[in-house]
Amino acid sequence: MRVKLTVWRQAGPDATGGFKDYELADVSPDMSFLEMLDTLNELLIAGGEEPVVFDHDCREGICGSCGMVIDGVPHGPQRGTATCQLHMRKYTDGAHITIEPFRAAAFPINKDLSVDRAAFDRIVEAGGYITAPTGAAPDANLIPVPKAVAETAMDAAQCIGCGACVAACPNGAAQLFTSAKLAHLNLLPQGQAERWDRTIDMVETMERYFGSCTNYRECEAACPKEISVDFIALMNKDYVRAQLKQRRLAGQVFP
Amino acid sequence: MTLDARVPSGSIAEKWTNHKFSVKLVNPANKRKFRIVVVGTGLAGASAAATLAELGYGVTVVSFHDTPRRAHSIAAQGGINAAKNYPNDGDSVYRLFYDTVKGGDFRSREANVHRLAEVSVDIIDQCTAQGVPFAREYGGMLDNRSFGGAQVSRTFYARGQTGQQLLLGAYQALARQIGLGNVELHNRIEMLELVVKDGRAAGIVCRDLITGEVFSLSAHAVVLATGGYGNVFYLSTNAKLSNVTAAWRAHKQGAFFANPCYTQIHPTCIPASDEFQSKLTLMSESLRNDGRIWIPQQADDARPPSQIPESDRDYYLERRYPAFGNLVPRDIASRAAKREVDAGRGVGPLKNGVYLDFADAIERLGKHVVEERYGNLFQIYERIADDDPYVAPMRIYPAVHYAMGGLWVDYNLMSNLPGLYVLGEANFSDHGANRLGASALMQGLADGYFVLPYTIGDYLAPMLGQALVDTDDPAFRSAESAVAESTKRLLSIKGRRTVDDIHRELGKVLWDNCGMARSEATLTKALAEIPAIRDEFWKNVRVLGDDASLNQSLEKAGRVADFLEFAELLCLDARHRNESCGGHFREEYQSDDGEATRDDEHFSYVAAWEFAGVGREPALHKEELVFEEVHLATRSYK
Repeated sequence: MRVKLTVWRQAGPDATGGFKDYELADVSPDMSFLEMLDTLNELLIAGGEEPVVFDHDCREGICGSCGMVIDGVPHGPQRGTATCQLHMRKYTDGAHITIEPFRAAAFPINKDLSVDRAAFDRIVEAGGYITAPTGAAPDANLIPVPKAVAETAMDAAQCIGCGACVAACPNGAAQLFTSAKLAHLNLLPQGQAERWDRTIDMVETMERYFGSCTNYRECEAACPKEISVDFIALMNKDYVRAQLKQRRLAGQVFP
Repeated sequence: MTLDARVPSGSIAEKWTNHKFSVKLVNPANKRKFRIVVVGTGLAGASAAATLAELGYGVTVVSFHDTPRRAHSIAAQGGINAAKNYPNDGDSVYRLFYDTVKGGDFRSREANVHRLAEVSVDIIDQCTAQGVPFAREYGGMLDNRSFGGAQVSRTFYARGQTGQQLLLGAYQALARQIGLGNVELHNRIEMLELVVKDGRAAGIVCRDLITGEVFSLSAHAVVLATGGYGNVFYLSTNAKLSNVTAAWRAHKQGAFFANPCYTQIHPTCIPASDEFQSKLTLMSESLRNDGRIWIPQQADDARPPSQIPESDRDYYLERRYPAFGNLVPRDIASRAAKREVDAGRGVGPLKNGVYLDFADAIERLGKHVVEERYGNLFQIYERIADDDPYVAPMRIYPAVHYAMGGLWVDYNLMSNLPGLYVLGEANFSDHGANRLGASALMQGLADGYFVLPYTIGDYLAPMLGQALVDTDDPAFRSAESAVAESTKRLLSIKGRRTVDDIHRELGKVLWDNCGMARSEATLTKALAEIPAIRDEFWKNVRVLGDDASLNQSLEKAGRVADFLEFAELLCLDARHRNESCGGHFREEYQSDDGEATRDDEHFSYVAAWEFAGVGREPALHKEELVFEEVHLATRSYK
């Protein structure tokens, strides 16, 4: 296959970036999208041009490192698929593909296609955990979890933290990411003690870094794990309830 | 020098209990006076850093990722073992211990393995309390499944994303400590040197991957949790950034490297498709619970698998190993697949795979059950192979996966360099010559949550009041200039070949000569070729850009330079070990029916190598392995 690429090049966080065109003559349909970029980089190095910087690691769709906007869509055209799992067989011979970094005020560009997603860590640090210091745990089967609850918590917990939801959102909002972590922990019995504090702390930290949600639902469409916007509704509900709770009595009034 | 593993006395079941009582303690108010640097944030690193910070130690964490949650533990799929015996099928701590020693082909340290089995039960409790969403039965209790090398169901799992969920649990515990100000986190920082002062680990030298700045971190103890070295083969199931650099540079500063030839080839990976392949993808071993492995009886059978009748199929694992069938340990399953493919009976366009078939399971359990158990794995397969495993069998083939070898550690997980601790895949200790499935997650978390937090006090307690070595000290200064020097050198070569190109060449030499099967002849060949590739690298590699900004080629070049030195040690170790055991299969040492033949009389020891200079023969130190509990026997899974 032949492909024409238009790729965002930017030398550093403060440098001015711009698009640059490249052509690849010999792309195999079995290549992954990142292997196609590897091939581009090998050619660039041979020609004396610095290779395109992009984040990647596991190449199995689970680490959340990779992510770029491909023809206007974070992670590209295939639903429920991270960039590393997208394969060139999804393109036709002669395709023209535009590649840019995730664009969001909260994700400054490091270089080329690599962005800084540290703001996600700030949200988790604010409360995205269950306080259970090592050694204090009771026997695991003392905490029965209804299967349906465990499954829904797992649906939320499988978020890979890639940031596609933010990049897809016209407001640069992080509601899907934050609500997925909140739903994972707030649904489980183990997460009840900190439920209301966690919700307020994470939502308010999120608001410091990211835009606001106005229900475009682009996030869900872009999510490589197809995480549902239902979790945003749950987060909003918990946030309102958390504001009303007398937290010292929270244990009495659940759910 | 004799290696003292410092295994406590007493019966096997009492060693860890007694040891916990006899190690020195640091009083809670004094813990904050100590600074510990943890390198790596996978299961072992993140769990250790979080737990040490909870105890009150001053902890600094270094990760080359953009966030600690990216570490490759996240990609582990199948599950984590624990001797809970919830299914009431006869499991016990002793049985998990026994299975692990046997599965490791009698090349692991008994006392470590027993401790691992003991704390396995605590890990499940801990992770559940943290909110890890393990699979549940309808009554709300935890579900288990079986895994290769065991005849009981002791594996806990969270769909096919167990590693992800366990890592997020550890990451969240770590994030809590970061939020509380107890842990200082450095993202996108790579450790490039271990600093040793007066024979003790005193800190590390790092490079900021965004700015290129080289700086030092001083510490009372350094903890390496930097994973395995499978990427020395270029193609492996490891993440692209996984490397041997931290461990190798510690080795060059005096830490012994143990059993590097014990490399695990995982039986169920997606076969390579073309020469552009950048990595191989694992399909969880849990698939062997319900999938049946077969090949056509006749080589070159061109019929699609669905049209090959039962009578023309060879379920070779079920045929050769009736007791364990498709659930034999990984090394055995891998070699069996290699044997069939080498005999020309492979399937797929390149004839480089065998079938893993779910038709029976779908008929027996229904598609929805198979989907619930393996849905995400089937999806990964479909994305990569462009084939629907619900309809046609998967094609699989073995690939390099896990490193049982690693830096030598004693019972306290301390290397021979005082103050340097090594956890998880980066150390050598618990899996012997072959790791059983679902045991890597167990070991990483055991080391981090439940072993190091106890044992590190024994080293630190007598150091109370000792100041950190100043980072202006000549030991740090000279290490920093060595790092800056080698960076400059890589940039100044300006040759003609890319880093990947040379790495691929190295990988091919290793896979062909030191892969699933090795022999004295192939290893001697590899040992002749590796130095030549290394010379080529230092003469002809092309690294563009500068060292003052994000430069991924430069990072990669440093890691490949270390692989080029490490590869020689790997082959030397494989050539010196004149026996077959676990993942180390020497063609000269096999039984008539092709099974590995150990030589317990001469090789029942840990080979710990001391660095003597690049290209120079390292010195061998032996830790004799004593088997008091599990009697040495030929493994049989028939």
